[in-house]
Amino acid sequence: MSASDLLPFQASLEARRSSGGKCLVPYLTGGLPGWELMLEAVASAGADGIEVGIPFSDPVMDGPIIQESSELALAAGATPPGILDGLSRLDIGVPLAVMTYVNLVYRFGYERFADSMVKAGVSAAILPDMPLEEAGDWCGAADAAGVQTVMLAAPTTPDERLLRVVERCGGFVYAVGLLGITGERDSLAASAKVIAKRLKDVTDLPVLVGVGISTPEQAAEVCEVADGVVVGSAIVRRVLETGSPESVADFVGSFREALDKG
Amino acid sequence: MNNDLKNQADELAQVFASDMVGAPTGVGRFGEFGGMFVPETLVPALHELEAAFKDAWADPVFRNELDTLLADYAGRPSPLTRCDRLGEQLGFQLYLKREDLNHTGSHKINNVLGQALLAKRMGKTRLVAETGAGQHGVATATAAALMDMECLVYMGEVDIARQELNVFRMRLLGAEVTPAVSGSRTLKDAVNEAMRDWVGTVEHTYYCLGSVLGPHPYPWMVREFHRVIGTEAAVQCRVALGADHPTGRPDVVVACIGGGSNAAGIFSGFAAFPEVDLVGVEPEGGAAIGHGIPGIVHGMKSYLMQDEFGQVSEAQSISAGLDYPGVGPEHAHLADSGRAKYEQVSDAEVIDAFQLLSRTEGIIPALEPAHALAWVVREKESLAGKNVLINMSGRGDKDVGQMMEVLGDTL
Ligand SMILES: Cc1ncc(COP(=O)(O)O)c(C=O)c1O
Repeated sequence: MSASDLLPFQASLEARRSSGGKCLVPYLTGGLPGWELMLEAVASAGADGIEVGIPFSDPVMDGPIIQESSELALAAGATPPGILDGLSRLDIGVPLAVMTYVNLVYRFGYERFADSMVKAGVSAAILPDMPLEEAGDWCGAADAAGVQTVMLAAPTTPDERLLRVVERCGGFVYAVGLLGITGERDSLAASAKVIAKRLKDVTDLPVLVGVGISTPEQAAEVCEVADGVVVGSAIVRRVLETGSPESVADFVGSFREALDKG
Repeated sequence: MNNDLKNQADELAQVFASDMVGAPTGVGRFGEFGGMFVPETLVPALHELEAAFKDAWADPVFRNELDTLLADYAGRPSPLTRCDRLGEQLGFQLYLKREDLNHTGSHKINNVLGQALLAKRMGKTRLVAETGAGQHGVATATAAALMDMECLVYMGEVDIARQELNVFRMRLLGAEVTPAVSGSRTLKDAVNEAMRDWVGTVEHTYYCLGSVLGPHPYPWMVREFHRVIGTEAAVQCRVALGADHPTGRPDVVVACIGGGSNAAGIFSGFAAFPEVDLVGVEPEGGAAIGHGIPGIVHGMKSYLMQDEFGQVSEAQSISAGLDYPGVGPEHAHLADSGRAKYEQVSDAEVIDAFQLLSRTEGIIPALEPAHALAWVVREKESLAGKNVLINMSGRGDKDVGQMMEVLGDTL
């Protein structure tokens, strides 16, 4: 595939990679008060793409920080169509992915959701509670609409299954860096580089490690193997604590700097 | 006698051949419901669990070990009691399957002993569980003590307050009880916490799920571990109804529905016989089938109370064990196919039924099976003259504190 055929999210990551850099994808919870401004600030701080969470009432893959941000966003009236609508009106120069749980998409209707993503200018979806076994119906709708589905690969995924995961995957591969849910950790789990390496051995898709990446140092360390990182809870905690786009952008910038230094 | 045994064998063959309570198809599907909607991290563990369960279930040594525990430790078979006083008052023959007399006080022990033995066989050293009323938590803590395993039970903060006796029982048994403090702080949130725990501990931890809920293979496996309720009840009903009865089966089988495990257990003994009506009773405020639409949460597609965007609703029920916005996927299928029907009762009807059984039969029921009783009381006219079997899934000891507050000085 030539670079011009790629959908925006993957194209942006591949461009960063082919210029010798490492990819930075911050996660932000959609629908929090002032979330659009936060997105703009993070976009200009060196993100290669942004993962926007559509909050769900029962996020089983998420730890306390993203649970809290989800509850706050829901209390502020966040809805899937509201967030997609907000995204369609943003022009931040960085491609977008949405991350949400499958019931919200199922309820919306798989085809309608995929079409709404396209209209909102979102080219990739991450659905952490939709493994290969259950991906068929959604992926059919997403493929038809021209939306990529990012699959997760976990430390527990056996080799044979890893091949099937990357085959079904689009945009990038989300390597779950540790056994556990989202949340900050003191140090990089040993499993992070292991899963990144296993994936690098079997796919040309960008391999980004997420879950537990909490500091610029950890990001740089895992990127000795991986093509990039997804950073969630560490950023969202600062969103919740400061509410300040500038300080959140500064924090994201520190990841950019660490990755550029290598 | 020989004839009787042959009849029983024929009947059992029919029960097992019935696709109503058979093995799921595809990836754990009952009709369109079920499945395995979980984070990738857990998928290999669920495949491993499915293989281990199939292997164990086909192994006479495992089956024998479980049967021995069920008999010598849990006290099975549980009796069938004919309730003459209440039956006369209501105008039909009423039978109770006495799961309340099991060790630890409810049907939950059947499933837990099965899963704990399986966990041991799989080499796991730690059990995690969710609990609503605390009965599943107590049963899990009990099995962990018996089999020398570590045990952590998640329980909603609201439920910890209203079922404090069970919290203390779990701690006495050596388990740790951790409050679930998010969302509605009830059973739904306890399931979330248990799943989150398991995502991080899956290598050495076994998730001992307490109902016919969650991702495949749980809905199927948990129903198989409770099948003993229906199998025993079918035989006991034939004896109780007498040689003159044309089928030896009750006309109606009624059970309360939280996730649906006690109902799945007793239904499995009768689903193959179309002349037997199967009725599941949900609380008005937690009626996934009555008030929900299809949705996906806790690893399964099933009926689910939710808002227009798919955010899961918070259930509201007097009974902590039924205070859940979803339901097991096989019940969603039994409802859609019309094989079973699902009815709703109010908290007020349940409070009346709780007292009624206590006073007429000297049996204080748990609030959960009091739902089944409340429905038959309401329906007494349409049930007149019939043989009605209720699964008395648990005893009311755990609810006495809560009912003291509800009833207060009225007694
Ligand atoms: C006595 C009793 N019955 C029923 C239930 C509800 O569970 P299920 O619908 O799985 O039988 C509970 C749950 O706590 C219970 O304690």
